[in-house]
Amino acid sequence: MDIKAYIESGILELYVAGKLSEDENLEINKLLQQHPKLLQEVLEIESAVIKLTAAASPNAKGFEDIKNRITANETKVVELQPRKTNWISYTGWAASILLATGLFWSLNQKTELEQEIQTVDIENRYLEIQIEAAKTDLATTKNLLDVIRDKDIISVPLGGQGNFASSFAKVYWNKSNNTIYLDAEGLPEAPEGKVWQVWSLTLNPLTPTSLGTIDDFNTDDNKIFTIINANESQAFGITLEPEGGSESPTMEQLHTLGVVDVSPS
Amino acid sequence: MELELLVKQFQNKNHLAFEKLYGMYSKSIHGVVYNIIKDTAIADEIMQDVFIKAWNKSETYSSKKGRFFTWILNIARNAAIDKTRSKAFKQKKQNLSADYFVDIIASHDNLDNSTDAIGIKKFVTELGDKCKAVIELLYFKGFTQKEASEELQMPIGTIKTRNRNCIQQLRDMVL
Repeated sequence: MDIKAYIESGILELYVAGKLSEDENLEINKLLQQHPKLLQEVLEIESAVIKLTAAASPNAKGFEDIKNRITANETKVVELQPRKTNWISYTGWAASILLATGLFWSLNQKTELEQEIQTVDIENRYLEIQIEAAKTDLATTKNLLDVIRDKDIISVPLGGQGNFASSFAKVYWNKSNNTIYLDAEGLPEAPEGKVWQVWSLTLNPLTPTSLGTIDDFNTDDNKIFTIINANESQAFGITLEPEGGSESPTMEQLHTLGVVDVSPS
Repeated sequence: MELELLVKQFQNKNHLAFEKLYGMYSKSIHGVVYNIIKDTAIADEIMQDVFIKAWNKSETYSSKKGRFFTWILNIARNAAIDKTRSKAFKQKKQNLSADYFVDIIASHDNLDNSTDAIGIKKFVTELGDKCKAVIELLYFKGFTQKEASEELQMPIGTIKTRNRNCIQQLRDMVL
């Protein structure tokens, strides 16, 4: 082909201007590779056009702005990848938080159950003590019942006297072991500074003998008191005396009195 | 060939290659865009967009389809012309100056005194009116040979040879 004529046609200038058809472009590209002279021509045309067009620019900006824009874009793209893996790590975190919560919960449950067991243990021990106490109470009561049922026992009811008609008491006297059991449930509590005093009496002449004071009257539960009595008593009386007791009974404070019924013996 | 390697690296998203190509062509692209837009700030913006677009779509370029400079030149002209067709731009620039590239170059005070600049100024001032018009339409405005022949009322063949002569003059002065 006539290279010179081809160059002179002006097609290469249009090639650089970018105004040829796709087919023409492909054709020229082939020719450029075969004919270095054509290529040289194109390079010179391009170079001249670049200089001319550059001269029309008042001031082109530097690369910095562009660089910032493409690096910003690339940073965004790079960011996507950790985001992907982030899902895995988020799931991991969620799982471990769930696990930790679960563990914490079961630990809490365990501690609570242990505390419950402890409480139940304490309750059990308390109940055992109560049962023990009830057993003791029962034993004491049986004992009392045995005493009262003894055929040798003398039962002496003490009736309310004067102003104290509502008071009453009962004495169970076992002569064989010189013991009286005083059931004083019918007496009111002893007021502050006062104390109940039990007397054994002989009637002709009237001679009182103190059987002692009941110091624990107010605190005693069943109000049954065991008292030693070796006297040949004909009657029993109970008076309210100043704390510590009196030598002789204060008759105005005689609450109850009962005469021993000697007829059966 | 060095340019081919550079373009390949550019297509592989090599920043350095991009920067080199930008250094080679940015002023020309800016000149073409500015010649259409006649507004420095908007021209700056469009030129940057053009290079970013080239960067993002670098894989669509093939040397079989033409020169790399021509490829960017096409993107730039299209972007600039699209801009002039936008409503906002039309309202803003109702009376665009009718200056040709030659007027811009001739009126430049800030053209440095390099041999290129002197050569181009000389070229521009000595250039015949028909040369000015052909170069304006083909390189700056992106007219096809046929469109240019209609615009200038010249046979297609004449456009081609006249352009060849005009570019030859330019080469004589700047190369």
